[in-house]
Amino acid sequence: MASSIGLPLAVLALPFIAFVLLAVAAPLRRAGRAAGLVSILTMALAFAAALTVWALGLVFEATWTWIPADGGPIASVGLMVDSLSQAMLVLVTLVSLLVQIYSLAYLHDEPPASLGRYYTYQSLFAFSMLGLVLAPGFLQMFIFWELVGLCSYLLIGYWYERPAAARAAVKAFWITKLGDVGFIIGIVLLWSATGTFEFTELFDKAQSVSGLPLIMFLIYLGAVGKSAQFPLHVWLPDAMEGPTPVSALIHAATMVTAGVFMVTRAEPLFALVPEVLTLIAWVGAFTALLAATMACVEGDIKRVLAYSTVSQLGYMMAAAGAGAAQAGFLHLLTHGLFKALLFLAAGAVIHAVGTNDVFRMGGLFRAMPHTGIVFIVGTLALAGVPPLAGFFSKEAVLGGVWEAHLTGPFLMLALTALLTAFYMFRVVFIAFFGRAHAGGHPHEAPWLMRGPLWILALLTVLVGLRLAAGGLAAGGVEGHEEAPGWLAPLSVGLALAGFLLAWAMYQRGVIEPARVATALGPLDFMARRRYGLDTLYAGLYRGIMLGFSRLIGWIDRYLVDGLLNVLSALTLRAGARLRGIQSGKAQDYVYGVAFGVLLLIVWAQLWR
Amino acid sequence: MIGLSAYLTLAALVFSIGLFGVLTRRNAVGILLGIELMLNAVNINLVAFARFSGNVTGLVFTLFTIAITVAEVAVGLAIVIAIFRVRRTVEADRLDLLRG
Repeated sequence: MASSIGLPLAVLALPFIAFVLLAVAAPLRRAGRAAGLVSILTMALAFAAALTVWALGLVFEATWTWIPADGGPIASVGLMVDSLSQAMLVLVTLVSLLVQIYSLAYLHDEPPASLGRYYTYQSLFAFSMLGLVLAPGFLQMFIFWELVGLCSYLLIGYWYERPAAARAAVKAFWITKLGDVGFIIGIVLLWSATGTFEFTELFDKAQSVSGLPLIMFLIYLGAVGKSAQFPLHVWLPDAMEGPTPVSALIHAATMVTAGVFMVTRAEPLFALVPEVLTLIAWVGAFTALLAATMACVEGDIKRVLAYSTVSQLGYMMAAAGAGAAQAGFLHLLTHGLFKALLFLAAGAVIHAVGTNDVFRMGGLFRAMPHTGIVFIVGTLALAGVPPLAGFFSKEAVLGGVWEAHLTGPFLMLALTALLTAFYMFRVVFIAFFGRAHAGGHPHEAPWLMRGPLWILALLTVLVGLRLAAGGLAAGGVEGHEEAPGWLAPLSVGLALAGFLLAWAMYQRGVIEPARVATALGPLDFMARRRYGLDTLYAGLYRGIMLGFSRLIGWIDRYLVDGLLNVLSALTLRAGARLRGIQSGKAQDYVYGVAFGVLLLIVWAQLWR
Repeated sequence: MIGLSAYLTLAALVFSIGLFGVLTRRNAVGILLGIELMLNAVNINLVAFARFSGNVTGLVFTLFTIAITVAEVAVGLAIVIAIFRVRRTVEADRLDLLRG
């Protein structure tokens, strides 16, 4: 199979080459647009290679020894290509490519050096994400897992002069690290029990591991952080401080889905611990519902999409927890397409209007029909309207959860489906229809931005049609058990109910939004304050982290530094004293010599 | 007959006077004179010991010492003149460039 290694290796190596080139060749990086073209070109080649891998249906695993040891290598690196990673390769390279093209227009006003920096990070991110997807073992996955986390930090903080962006970057980094600590502990525990990091070997050996539930729970914590599950979801909405294309790529389509991907990849391991799976399902469903309620009261268009992403990640996790990881993975793929589409369309709107606040938009459909159409396509897909991609994957998720007899999560997810349609159409009605606001003349985005939007919209429709025609086997994912017959009407009905509610409230004005808010007083109050979670974390951070830092600071300042200060003060003072005898006069020195000789003589006479 | 201890006492006196001069004189030439006195005290010692032990090594040694002393005085005075040219003074108190 030596010849087939080349293609996946090329997919992985091309973005890395672009990254190294841009990182090392400073003049190229500072050129800005040229750097972008290099990155886009390599990404296009990587996309072509990924597409070939997918079309050929390559399946193989190749590993090389990394840390050799007696009795087999401790760790190895390699490539693992199967239906999961094929689909992910195509998704990651496709969205990366489109986002990079889109960024060329979106970040048009950036200084060239910053733009070069942006594309350097983008290439590094693509490399890291592809390495994560291709990882044949937990160790390699963890390394790339941390690398994407780093890229996320760098790209959220791209406008690092803005305090909010810098703070959001640090917050994202810290919160995901909380989960990663559990992840690495789990990996090492699993290794000490089985002696291997490789998935295929682990699947064979894991049955005999004692304490597996705890280990798998710790590994799941990594996914909680990365995939923004309750209670570690708070970083994702703040991550919207980064440029919009970054949000589309990292915080919608690829990086945040790494947790879902990991759970899907390690599904045979999770299948051994039903109690952890149940926990995953409940947490996922709860996350979905919680985030959906927050999205309903949010006024920032990007934050609405961010909460929606958290909510949809909850869907995927719930599916994984219900044992329907394939359905969750399908939802990951379709969600990657239409959520990237929604984010990029939102970026086009922000680009045109110059604000994130939906209440200061309005009547945009007339000004920018292209963006409006693709945004509505994305909204329909997200709301789960057939025959768009989102409908089938969402139905598969709901079916999977129902099959697993998880009634609680199922009800939460169903309610979420209703809310999803509601908050998305709320944005559509407020921003694209309704009364146009005075001030500013919104214009359609340039073709460099509209192109990727149309491609994604087209794919959302095409994938939906393909799923409608050929079942779930399309997209490289195996099918699931048949869902009960009433599920499809239910999910369409829920989406329709959400649509009608949003239409009645924000388009027709039949129901006054303020009165609904009053009726749901406590809930509205809590959702607007994000259920106090941000405040709680800020308090914890201030109380524990800053308190501890202050203690350490005190010890450093007064004990460690104090000791050194006393020592140096003593030396200085002794030096100042001794300095006095160095008069520089030769005669004084001779005095010393003579006096010394005299002392020697006296000593020799008296104490011999 | 004058005994050895008389010579040694004389030499010690001359040496002490020379040392006193070296320590107290402010003028560099005076200090050089003091050094000469100390050297000559040593010479007296050498000659006295040679005389009383009947060994001529001390006498020969003294001849060498005298020759070297002459050279030393020449070098010392040359240094004093050089210092005077640069600093316009030979006061030992004011030649304190070695001060720490």
